[in-house]
Amino acid sequence: MKKKPNQIVGVLIAWLLIYAFFAVNKPQTFLSISNVELLLRQSTMIGIGAVGMTYVIVAGGIDLSAGSVIALASVVGALTFNRTHSPLAAVVACAVTGVFCGLLNGVLTSKLKAGPFIVTLGSMLAIRGIAKGLADEKTVSTGGEGWLFEFISKTKSWFVFPIGTWMWIFFLGLMAWAMIYTNFGRNVVAVGSNESAAKLCGIPVDRVKIGAYAVAGFFFGLAGLMSLSRTSLGDPTSATGDELRIIAAVVIGGASLAGGEGSVIGAAIGALIMATISMGGTQMGVANWKQEIFTGIIILAAVAIDRWRIARRQTN
Amino acid sequence: MLRVDRLSKAFGSTQAVDQVSFQAEPGRVLALIGENGSGKSTLMKLIAGETIADSGEISVRPEDVHLVHQELLLCPHLTAAENLFLGSSTGLLFSPRKLEHRAQELLDNLGFPEVSASQTTSDLPISQRQVIEIARAIVKNCPIILLDEPTSSLTEADKTKFYGLVRRLKDAGKTVIFISHFLEEVRAVSDDCVILRDGQMVASGLLSDFPDQEIVRHMVGREVTDLFPRSERTPGEVVLRVENLTGDANKPQEVSFELRAGEVLGLAGLNGAGKTELLRAVFGLRKVTSGSVSNQSNLQKQWRTGVGFVSEDRKLDGITLPLSIAENTTMPTRRGFLNSPKGVSDLGSAWIEKVGVACESPDQPVGSLSGGNQQKVAFARLLHADCKLLILDEPTRGVDVGSKAEIYRLIDEAAKSGAAVLLASSYLPELLGICDRIGVMNRGRLVNIFDAQSTSSEELVAECVR
Repeated sequence: MKKKPNQIVGVLIAWLLIYAFFAVNKPQTFLSISNVELLLRQSTMIGIGAVGMTYVIVAGGIDLSAGSVIALASVVGALTFNRTHSPLAAVVACAVTGVFCGLLNGVLTSKLKAGPFIVTLGSMLAIRGIAKGLADEKTVSTGGEGWLFEFISKTKSWFVFPIGTWMWIFFLGLMAWAMIYTNFGRNVVAVGSNESAAKLCGIPVDRVKIGAYAVAGFFFGLAGLMSLSRTSLGDPTSATGDELRIIAAVVIGGASLAGGEGSVIGAAIGALIMATISMGGTQMGVANWKQEIFTGIIILAAVAIDRWRIARRQTN
Repeated sequence: MLRVDRLSKAFGSTQAVDQVSFQAEPGRVLALIGENGSGKSTLMKLIAGETIADSGEISVRPEDVHLVHQELLLCPHLTAAENLFLGSSTGLLFSPRKLEHRAQELLDNLGFPEVSASQTTSDLPISQRQVIEIARAIVKNCPIILLDEPTSSLTEADKTKFYGLVRRLKDAGKTVIFISHFLEEVRAVSDDCVILRDGQMVASGLLSDFPDQEIVRHMVGREVTDLFPRSERTPGEVVLRVENLTGDANKPQEVSFELRAGEVLGLAGLNGAGKTELLRAVFGLRKVTSGSVSNQSNLQKQWRTGVGFVSEDRKLDGITLPLSIAENTTMPTRRGFLNSPKGVSDLGSAWIEKVGVACESPDQPVGSLSGGNQQKVAFARLLHADCKLLILDEPTRGVDVGSKAEIYRLIDEAAKSGAAVLLASSYLPELLGICDRIGVMNRGRLVNIFDAQSTSSEELVAECVR
């Protein structure tokens, strides 16, 4: 537990260095409040997803269905809104869809014992299919009227940031706290660190895992809500590949895919690092393919540093 | 000829093999005899070149030695033929038919025509896989063949064929070294013997010169020191009643016993006799196929109802190495929604004090402690959960002498205060030192229970190897 802060500090420094690099090159845009606002707003969807994914990865799992859940939640939210005209009902629908998918993933991984990679690969395809079926293979348009469409709006902000970004910050704090100050959080860490030992100690391993997937599903549902809010559309083909961006954010943030290690705050900074590279790159006119190479190198560097840290810990 | 001269190997502070010298001649079978942990397997690995000795000399090159491991090293997805010639087939092209043909011929010649060379290895019964492992030595044409407990997975009928195979190897002029815990098996095929105890060679010579009692005396010949505190204990009511308990794969098999409060019941037996399996079945970590355990509730309720477990394998499931001492200690007793890191830390500190863990802080990861201190943390966990039934599997394995004494003290104190202790150990002095009764397990069964005060190492070992 003691090394965690160092790890977050390390990721934070990396982000500040990358940010400083762009600030030196583009001081007029990068050193403004509105740029910070833009950066956070653009990171919100991936960032919210990363809060949930951190729990799954720390528990020793992985969830490849995140992108599909986001798409399904946006479709279900849009359909609910069109039917009820109630923004609140749409918000609830997104969250419930996410939790339901998470529970499904959790139950399947812990009961099938087939490994979370394969199980969520299957649910990734299946959930994407359900989203397309529900939306009749089209995008569901909503008209975009009402507060449902102001979560990450450019114009409707509340103390600098839009409400969706504030939600991200709130849940970030809540879930970072919960990892340390609730028994569920500690059980997630224990299961990810050594599942057999946790079982021996009487920790309900299956329930903890299902809980972690359900928490993750809730946040993927919220990310779907952000997608719906931003585009005013329930789009069954949206968020394709976002599961990998979310996983990348969590890994850059210091999580180990072997489980037991990871930080919600680190994952948020990981999301910011990726958004900073793409934003800065675009502003400097760096081609997209170069940005992608750079993001890839950042991920490899994060993993290499992590390995090196573990190796050093083991030798002394 | 294989000659080993003053061979030594230490792991940390344990001297696994200590100045061992012997020689083994071609056309003869040498039996290597010793208790669990006496250094037999390490000695084999040194000769095969899998482990490098600290000092001493071996007269042969590792390429000339073929070691058949206790756990078979075969690729399960390949065919028997492919496994046989693994690493021996050269050239660019590969003909499965030819290879299978050659393999089958070889197996037929060895007297095992029933082993089908074209079968996928994982589909073969374990005894046939063993045959393939040994036949590999013939493919590689190694003059020296080491067999580390090759009979542990064989049935009686297969053993007879196996002895035949060993005799063929012998007649072909190979040097064979054979490890088995069972004296009758040793006698069936061996000519010479070397007896090890605590890494040292204590006797060697013609096997026929050693009667069984003599061998057992050499194997155990230790003195029980006053490492073992023993308070006045009064057995109370029955805490655990096990009736006809049979587990997965017939381990344990039809085991029955009773354990009273304030009593320490030890379990002796060779590796693989089913001690660990019995303990795990009693606690709920192993599937029970028939029979009953009086306290059988679900695994998650065991700690709540005062039943605690210490695993023989700390890394596997004994303790969570990356987590802190404090968190490991309090893990089974976590209740409610909120967790207080400060409260957990304070509890950790209190137990560190009481149990005597050498560490810097309760928030330190358990993985940074020595084996003995890790084990004390596993004990603190039992005491913190206020267990009335302590199930301990090899509680002093990999623990230094000083920590051992402290663990014995903790066991004694727990029993004195009315806890029942069920303890498995392969270290007889420890069982004789701290137990009230000692049960002996042999091939999955609990064959006998002795009174610890009136039995002896010799009697127990004789029962173990019977």
